[in-house]
Amino acid sequence: MDGTENQELDGASPEEPSLTIRLEGFEGPLDLLLHLIKREELDIWNIPVAHITEQYLDYLQFMQEVNINVAGEWLVMAATLIYIKSRMLLPPDPVMASPDGEAPDDPRKELVYQLLEHQKFRNAAQMLYTREEVENAVWNSPPRDLLEDEKEVVAVTLFDLLRAFHEVVKRFESQTAMELDQEEVTIDQKLGELRRMLIVHDSLVFSSFFTKVKSKRHLIVTFLALLELVRLREIWLYQEKAFEEIHITRSKSAGETA
Amino acid sequence: MEIEELQPILEAIIYAADDPVRPEQLKEIFTDESYDKIETALHRLAEEFNARRGGMCIREIAGGFRMTTRPEHHEYVRAYLQTKPGAKLSMAALETLAVIAYKQPVTLAEVLAIRGKKSTTALHTLLEKKLVVITGRKPVVGRPILYGTSKEFLVHFGLKDLSELPTLEEFAQMAGELS
Repeated sequence: MDGTENQELDGASPEEPSLTIRLEGFEGPLDLLLHLIKREELDIWNIPVAHITEQYLDYLQFMQEVNINVAGEWLVMAATLIYIKSRMLLPPDPVMASPDGEAPDDPRKELVYQLLEHQKFRNAAQMLYTREEVENAVWNSPPRDLLEDEKEVVAVTLFDLLRAFHEVVKRFESQTAMELDQEEVTIDQKLGELRRMLIVHDSLVFSSFFTKVKSKRHLIVTFLALLELVRLREIWLYQEKAFEEIHITRSKSAGETA
Repeated sequence: MEIEELQPILEAIIYAADDPVRPEQLKEIFTDESYDKIETALHRLAEEFNARRGGMCIREIAGGFRMTTRPEHHEYVRAYLQTKPGAKLSMAALETLAVIAYKQPVTLAEVLAIRGKKSTTALHTLLEKKLVVITGRKPVVGRPILYGTSKEFLVHFGLKDLSELPTLEEFAQMAGELS
């Protein structure tokens, strides 16, 4: 984005660095509001709603301009702000006023409590961050990462394999590549190809088998060829942990006979 | 056995153990000794050990005792072991974790209400890292799942127990500085 756009949005402080970078710090709408309140040095108990709403909407518009996916909660907050703003403009509803003549509730009250509550947990998160940093700086004996040299592996079940293949298909379907030609690949051809791949590589990651595949039919042929190699005990599938990437290695016996 | 005899044995066990050593576990080994005596010995050991101000310390973590290096030496230890600092949790995950830690048992909807944004991804990370566990279901319509922190949470953040966390009121004072 260029500088003029930046100034338009943030005219009060053009010396601030690009918005794109700062937006990353805003996890959610409450964070943005807290940021605006702090930046403008506003009294949280007396927020100028019209002003803050305007600023908030500017940010929202900017986020949409730079194609940041604006989730529903951002719009809900925008609606809440506009609602509070409109209520601030209206005289207090005489019907809603309490019979004992107490002052009606400030329409901002609920939002302020929500902001303060949110700030509390942000502080708590900060505390956890510091603690984590300290814990990262200590070692207990014997240090675990030294013991983990010997990899523990988990055998792959058919269910794991299907789940992994399902993911590959999903990824394939999300890519909107066109199927141009119907190249015919037989399982036998594929078997030969996989065997050659395994001669070069000692170990392969399951999903990497499918990266260059261009059609769904081809995907399925590859998967069937893989199953065939498992059946023939030429390859061995394992995971370091359950539900993690599936690795493929040549089985030792096959290596000896080959 | 005298406490003086017990102490060095406990020190050896704590050194060799993978997880924080809890007095209940020690009671199973020292069947003749009282729980109180074991606990006293543990505390006295920790106190004496830490008074030495050596490179190691004995700390109370997750209801047990663990021997670790002192954090202030991390630069040199890391340089020697040639390791990089482990992956840290994102701010979103930490915030979600903070809400769960203080409000547990808590539902995802309640976390959302406090954070003002969806927390599904963060929650999945926390469940995967076993810092958060499912503690049950809330007896309301839809029976939503309740989440709480795990023992791994205490270990990860070096906490003796949940009561060692600063109170929310302390954070409220910090938040009050906003106004």
